[in-house]
Amino acid sequence: MDVSRRGLLGGGAAAAGLAGAFVAGRASADEGGTPRAGDPAYAFRGEHQAGIVTPAQDRLHFAAFDVITGSRAQLVALLKAWTEAADRMTRGLPAGEIGPVEGAANVPPDDTGEAIGLDASGLTITFGFGPGLFVDAGGRDRFGLADRQPEALRDLPHFPGDNLDPARSQGDLCVQACADDPQVAVHAIRNLARIGFGTVSVRWSQLGFGRTSTTSTAQSTPRNLFGFKDGTANVKAEEAAALDEHVWVGAGDDAKADWLAGGSYLVARRINMTIEVWDRQPLGDQESFVGRTKDSGAPLSGGGEFTEPDFAMPGSDGPVIPRDSHVSVVHPDHNGGVRMLRRGYNFVDGTDALGGLNAGLFFLAYVRDPRTHFIPVQTRMAKVDALMEYLKVTGSALFAVPAGARPGEYIGQALFA
Amino acid sequence: MRLPLLAAALVAVPALSACTQNTTASEAGEDDRTITVSSTDDACELSGTEAPSGKLTFDVTNDGSKVTEFYLYTENAERVLGEVENIGPGLTRQLVVSAPAGTYLTACKPGMKGDGIRADFTVTDSGAKVAASADEAEMIEHAQEEYGEFVQEESDQLLAGTAAFVKAYKAGDDRAAKALYPEVRTHWERIETVAESFGDLDPKMDAREADLEPGQKWTGWHRMEKDLWPARAEKYESLTMKQRAFYADDLLANTKVLDHRIGELEFTVDQIANGSRGLMEEVATGKVTGEEEYWSRTDLWDFQANVDGAKEAFEVLEPILEQNDPELEETLDERFDALQKQLDAHREGDGFRTYDYLSAEEVKQLADAVNALSEPLSHLTAAVIS
Repeated sequence: MDVSRRGLLGGGAAAAGLAGAFVAGRASADEGGTPRAGDPAYAFRGEHQAGIVTPAQDRLHFAAFDVITGSRAQLVALLKAWTEAADRMTRGLPAGEIGPVEGAANVPPDDTGEAIGLDASGLTITFGFGPGLFVDAGGRDRFGLADRQPEALRDLPHFPGDNLDPARSQGDLCVQACADDPQVAVHAIRNLARIGFGTVSVRWSQLGFGRTSTTSTAQSTPRNLFGFKDGTANVKAEEAAALDEHVWVGAGDDAKADWLAGGSYLVARRINMTIEVWDRQPLGDQESFVGRTKDSGAPLSGGGEFTEPDFAMPGSDGPVIPRDSHVSVVHPDHNGGVRMLRRGYNFVDGTDALGGLNAGLFFLAYVRDPRTHFIPVQTRMAKVDALMEYLKVTGSALFAVPAGARPGEYIGQALFA
Repeated sequence: MRLPLLAAALVAVPALSACTQNTTASEAGEDDRTITVSSTDDACELSGTEAPSGKLTFDVTNDGSKVTEFYLYTENAERVLGEVENIGPGLTRQLVVSAPAGTYLTACKPGMKGDGIRADFTVTDSGAKVAASADEAEMIEHAQEEYGEFVQEESDQLLAGTAAFVKAYKAGDDRAAKALYPEVRTHWERIETVAESFGDLDPKMDAREADLEPGQKWTGWHRMEKDLWPARAEKYESLTMKQRAFYADDLLANTKVLDHRIGELEFTVDQIANGSRGLMEEVATGKVTGEEEYWSRTDLWDFQANVDGAKEAFEVLEPILEQNDPELEETLDERFDALQKQLDAHREGDGFRTYDYLSAEEVKQLADAVNALSEPLSHLTAAVIS
């Protein structure tokens, strides 16, 4: 049976007659969650959460929440409700069981309605837990979870170049909604926030309008707001061994936090670019800062985009790929072989008080352990990367992203077991 | 701007280098002035060996396996008229150079070694006006000398001023130290891009608290700034006299090292032009936003000093620019004036009002004037070396 965001057609909703009177929005998936051809929908449930190796969608709405209840039962109830709503929305169904227009006239609808007529649009919803979920600022155990807090899940250290806005940093919970239609991503966050009122409070949220990474070899490499191709050397879905080595938390990684096996850590960083100053740099300088050509994305040591950079190839003044170029600084060869699965988005939040673009890269990276896979690389980058001159980090957060919920489970269930 | 004076110890780059671009487009009707070059490991093939005088474009593709360079020399390789470096295998870079009629040499240098693979190249007289290179060489030499003198003078004043500042600070004469602070820093900010080019000294002398990496000891100007103006600090504990002496002596010692190193520098015209742009970038990212002098709020002193340094660089290059691009010269002249008028409106006594005194609208106006100047200023380097 076809289903749609207008609710199950003739499916026992309060106003089935009304629903039937409308032409239903295009159905996205059958009840088994199988996508229809040309109408991408990704299953919410599985071994790993969707939205990590899923081919990066074009749009993002990301939200961080503070948990405002002291009740463990209420927290678990929210995770159950979120799981159900996410399961529905990722199929292209309404957030609630009734639907945006199918319910009684005297109550607010259980779906906000802006996605009526839109299909699943490749929506994925990915949940994560911040350090604040385990212990509060005073170190007190909030929900009886303190002894299960992963060793690696601590607030990130201060890095040079960090100019963090507390109102854009940290969070007890996070939800990453990615879709190919911006309205579908916003719809997901809006409805989940609504379900959470009383239990959680939105701490901050971020829109991303264009992906800056590829997570599948089938995708072309997009450009960031510097105008350069970004994430050429990303870990891709097709690299099973690399995912196990660099992205998924292994079964024995942390004895205290075995619940996180099959999950990952998500580093979220709001990186503002000083766009106007960057735009005044000569092309040759821009390419030297990045270490790649702006046109094809080839490393300055030659070849094409996917040619491996040759950091030893001599240039007129040191290597032809400068040592302080971004590609040289962050390359796995110079960082003990560690790789990240990057899933960042370009953002523009209007203009700042000086008339400049309030814009940059909302950096999202999934790693097996931030202590080995992010902190050392970021420390090195902050110290020597030529690009740092044009970057200012204004938000930062770290989350533990549990494994996927299997049928009948709620998200993060193993943590509360 | 990042390290504009990288490895600037002595003039290594020929005075006349040329702008390089990556585009492959050529202007309509300019086909005979566009030459394609294929550089391989053992050959240097040009699409032609003759072109009419004027602005010539060489599209240089590296079809070999080693990094290559391409040069255009005057007859007998006396002088480099233009060069493009660091072309990786498979990549194409563009060299644009203005050439009067005459006989030249082209050279590809696969592996960047030796004389390269040379060939004669002829530029015929097209009637197009191309600057007389002899005058330009003289102007360039003059600009380099003038700018070098300016930098040395500022460095000398910085050293003398720092000695006076640390003396007052160590003696606990906060009033005198606070009066000297923005005045002395003016000499740092006028040559900031030069001073910053020493990557070992800058973090010790001019780091802001937010710039520190974990474990790095905070020293230099801003450490003492916070101690003199602790009003915005939370639960601030003043430095002891012994601590004061440590930070003061450290800064003075580093300033001496800086002054010594600056004495050994010489500047090429492209470095001077890049320095001008770089100083305005410092204004855009740190001063106009009130981030540089977080504690003392004396950002407008630094703002003025960066503009002073940028304008000095522009002025020493002005004769060259007048010849190469009079329109740009005029625009920059006007925009420096417009920005100065804005700054002058905020003068108070011998200095400036503090940053917190500026309204949001006034900050926006300053930012607009900085943008208006910085955009054309970003074309200065290419214009003076064309």
